[in-house]
Amino acid sequence: MEINIQKKVLEANDTEADINRTFFNDQNVFVLNMMSSPGSGKTQILCRTLAKLMPDVRVGVIVGDICTTNDADRLKVTGAKVTQINTDKFGGDCHLAANLIIASAKQLGCEDLDFLIVENIGNLVCPAEFDIGEDAKVVVLSVTEGEDKPLKYPLMFRVADVAILNKIDLLPYLDYDAKLAVDNMKQVHPHLPVFEMSGKTEEGLEAWLDWLKIKVFEKTGK
Amino acid sequence: MHEMGIAQQLVEIAIDAIPRDIENPKVEKLNLKIGRLASVVEHSLTFCFEIITKDTPLENARLDIDVVPVMVHCKSCDNEWEVTGPVFKCPFCEDGDVEMLTGREIEITSLELAD
Repeated sequence: MEINIQKKVLEANDTEADINRTFFNDQNVFVLNMMSSPGSGKTQILCRTLAKLMPDVRVGVIVGDICTTNDADRLKVTGAKVTQINTDKFGGDCHLAANLIIASAKQLGCEDLDFLIVENIGNLVCPAEFDIGEDAKVVVLSVTEGEDKPLKYPLMFRVADVAILNKIDLLPYLDYDAKLAVDNMKQVHPHLPVFEMSGKTEEGLEAWLDWLKIKVFEKTGK
Repeated sequence: MHEMGIAQQLVEIAIDAIPRDIENPKVEKLNLKIGRLASVVEHSLTFCFEIITKDTPLENARLDIDVVPVMVHCKSCDNEWEVTGPVFKCPFCEDGDVEMLTGREIEITSLELAD
């Protein structure tokens, strides 16, 4: 006997993501899901970004890692509200699922925020698959990774709304073709906005900040 | 990488779908649709599924996976085509904004019970 089902396997996560989205809309906060492979410089970019945006923009960060609070500790120095999710308690997950986000968001106090950043677990595969109720997804690629990463991990670059090519201060010391890396992103996602920057020297940071400010304004009116 | 989580969801959804009035149900086959761009590795999913279905109505059930091609649509020139590699650039107008129509599915379509 065949029983018809027709059900999405990730429906449970999608339902949680919709609950999160409604909550974030009610709170009038712009939510950015930041993803990359480990070591691409997400935390460094955030430290610089937060320092420039605050206090005009009220920012909170949820940091996802399998273990340690190292990134959260670095970000707290900026004065932003920061909370850490360690997924080892949940089986060492390779991504942040929607149901993990809302409790952390409430803990941060979204009513006092304009902008909430979720720094996802370093991984170019699984986080791309899980909606967490965000307004936008950013993927960070650094010039110490291969130019062909967008072609190797197409889903991540397909689902991203914006991309950052980080660590461009290292280009003089590397045999790295930054144009090829950006072209590869556009092969996977034509019209993807790409910001080339250095989280260390702040080169190229302004354009990224301008993009963020517009997005926060569009959502919050502030 | 998260195939175990997907396998757990498969088992939950399948067990929910089995009519309560069937005594000692035995699932022979679970029919799935998985998009080519979904981050699911078939042999990992099968491996995880085998492990977690022990002592359940799904023990020894087979996963029949219908692989869904990646179909895209260009919003600029209105063409549709199948993407077979990681390149999504429109081959017709070469500049279009492209949206995915299929290829990200992870769905259970049906299950088959033993008579």
